[in-house]
Amino acid sequence: MCLAVPGQVLAIAGDDPLTRSARVAFGGIVKQIALAFAPEARVGDYVLVHAGVAIAVLDAEEAARTLACLATLEEDAE
Amino acid sequence: MNAPVCPLPAAAEGVIERGHGGGGALTGRLIAGLFRPCFGAPPDEPLHDGATLAVDGSRLAFTTDCFVVTPLEFPGGDIGALAVIGTVNDLAMCGAKPLSLSAGFILEEGLDIARLRRIATSMGQVAAAAGVRVVTGDTKVVERGKGDGIYITTAGVGLIPPGVTIGPQCVRPGDAVLLSGDVGRHGIAIMAAREGLGFETEIVSDLASLVPAVAGLIAAGVTLHCLRDLTRGGLATALVEIATGAGVELRLDPAAVPVGEAVRGACEILGLDPWYVANEGRLVAFVPEPEAARALAILRSHPGGAEAAVIGRVAATSGRGRVLAETIGGVRVLELLSGEQLPRIC
Amino acid sequence: MKYVDEYRDPAAARRLAGAIRALVTRPWTIMEICGGQTHSLLRHGIDQMLPEGVTLLHGPGCPVCVTAAEVIDQAIALAATPGVILCSFGDMLRVPGETGSLLAAKARGADVRMVYSPLDAVALARAQPEREVVFLAVGFETTAPASAMAVLAAAEAGLQNFSLLVAHVLVPPAIAALLAAPDNRVQGFLAAGHVCTVMGYNEYGPIARRYGVPIVVTGFEPVDLLQGILSCLRQLEAGRAEVENAYGRSVRAGGNAPAQAALRQVFAVVPRIWRGMGEIPASGLDLAPAYARFDARARFRSAVGTPASAGPCISGEILRGRSRPTACPAFGTGCTPEHPLGATMVSSEGACAAYYRYRRAAA
Repeated sequence: MCLAVPGQVLAIAGDDPLTRSARVAFGGIVKQIALAFAPEARVGDYVLVHAGVAIAVLDAEEAARTLACLATLEEDAE
Repeated sequence: MNAPVCPLPAAAEGVIERGHGGGGALTGRLIAGLFRPCFGAPPDEPLHDGATLAVDGSRLAFTTDCFVVTPLEFPGGDIGALAVIGTVNDLAMCGAKPLSLSAGFILEEGLDIARLRRIATSMGQVAAAAGVRVVTGDTKVVERGKGDGIYITTAGVGLIPPGVTIGPQCVRPGDAVLLSGDVGRHGIAIMAAREGLGFETEIVSDLASLVPAVAGLIAAGVTLHCLRDLTRGGLATALVEIATGAGVELRLDPAAVPVGEAVRGACEILGLDPWYVANEGRLVAFVPEPEAARALAILRSHPGGAEAAVIGRVAATSGRGRVLAETIGGVRVLELLSGEQLPRIC
Repeated sequence: MKYVDEYRDPAAARRLAGAIRALVTRPWTIMEICGGQTHSLLRHGIDQMLPEGVTLLHGPGCPVCVTAAEVIDQAIALAATPGVILCSFGDMLRVPGETGSLLAAKARGADVRMVYSPLDAVALARAQPEREVVFLAVGFETTAPASAMAVLAAAEAGLQNFSLLVAHVLVPPAIAALLAAPDNRVQGFLAAGHVCTVMGYNEYGPIARRYGVPIVVTGFEPVDLLQGILSCLRQLEAGRAEVENAYGRSVRAGGNAPAQAALRQVFAVVPRIWRGMGEIPASGLDLAPAYARFDARARFRSAVGTPASAGPCISGEILRGRSRPTACPAFGTGCTPEHPLGATMVSSEGACAAYYRYRRAAA
């Protein structure tokens, strides 16, 4: 359930918090996405989008931390 | 409606649903279970894009196709261009040089004649570019509300050069599987236009004649075991059908299958698998391994072929007809979809 | 694609699988909540990378599968009502109710339209004031905020022709119901990462403590899934039962505050029937009284559907993790994606459909 996809915020429009929206790029596709639930999103940020609505701003530091942690795991001995 | 208790599959009666037109398992059952028996087709007659007819020492390829696309005009083409290209491509898949086409039109009362003129003009241009003419046809009009503007049926005949036999029955273990370009454009272009998906980036259909590429391969003397143009049901469906028809096992390298950035993004947000999305200007070719590099170079030299790639291999020792793709954890078996692939949120 | 490709890296996945193999000393049974996680596990062959003793059960995390048959029948009845345009996510179109599916209804002439977002349904209502637009609002806490936003947008625009048929469901009560069942075998949970993106994970603490099970918030890509499984197994091996977040790039403990505020404003918590599981208290959302004018059930007073019939379909057992698709006598014979008997075969996220696509032909 809950197919949500990360996309990059290219431009933000609207001052009203409820109707604020952004042009978001997913790979090579750009779509208008509602930003009401990601008020802290800025141009250049990555947001997690589900059913046309941004539900989170992705935390770049957390992501980097996860990937760094992975790199320290031993190479699979197989 | 009560749930059936008997474990035998429910009979394929009832009403036709959209899935029957999806090119997947439901369509296959309709053809195998309803049409072919009604038309007296021998059960073991191989299914291919066209029929081959022997006439006085020559061989003709004969094929037909119906077109019901909405919207009638879409980025990259229209229903008319689609109708011509679909049929000349099917002829090309038999190795045939297209000779002539027929076109039948079912027009809905109220259709704008200017639109019909645009579509017919497009058909004429595309046919000329493919070296054919629409030489015969028919027109009927149905009541307003009984059709989606226009339905077109085209049929085509082509001449198969001597010594050229192309079909699933010719596929051999060890053959290389080539793909002529990136996948998924047509289906996404149509879906975006039809469902109003609001993509700012316009995805353009890959609609294109495959006649020049096939002619190039034949002229260069490349041994072609099997050709198939990808249509509804996408790359995966074409490969499963060939593998099943030929009784061979295919091994695919997912990393080798080209998917454009925009198609990739669209598929990710809609939850679609690009391997099952429709194409209208791409083919897969099965050639002996030693000829793969040469065939690839020819495919790449034609318009739209920049991304052509070797995407897999026919297994050396084949057991059953199936298509395997490498995954992170092992191997997955590709299946036919039951009907149309639909966008999902889940 | 950034934040996607890195988490599909085969080398990283193999390292995680190696760590899991090195860690496990005993058999363990883990349940992943979300149908999307099931789909990803099987598609990428993740389950094939796990040691023999680790069993993955597939939970009721597919809102499509758990939507009560009567809701679909109500949707069909609404779609067949003159003047109504029934808008739905693609997932729901093939799911069978008692009176067939929405796609079948469309084949018979009902105006059923697929939308990517409930906001598209609102736009449709604006564009066609002479029609009644009804949106079939299914989904977990991930999707409910989008429905809430649609209602608020419709209210702001003063739309008179827009309503929702609401069937949203909540995850934690379902987990608690599973754990409370006497024959429960689940020892650890992978919580649904996108549900937690909205709701946070504080509400799982009491559940973890009460039933003594580790609950790890997990994402959807292969690396995320293996990471969640590894964390869960680490806790199990160490005898711990805590809530842990293995999807930190998207999930914070408190979740998404504005989304939760919208949910509180627009919806009220109600009991809900889960297909195959029966009624679970406080497990669904309906429109709050202040927004009752957007309730399609009230606006159209549709007939209530009949309860789901018995038959060979064991999707209920599968959703509760008590059985696997391959144990069903109808799997692959009487029940296939073309002729589904239950929602777990129809839904692309359902365990039965996933098994059919990725497992059926023996390797």
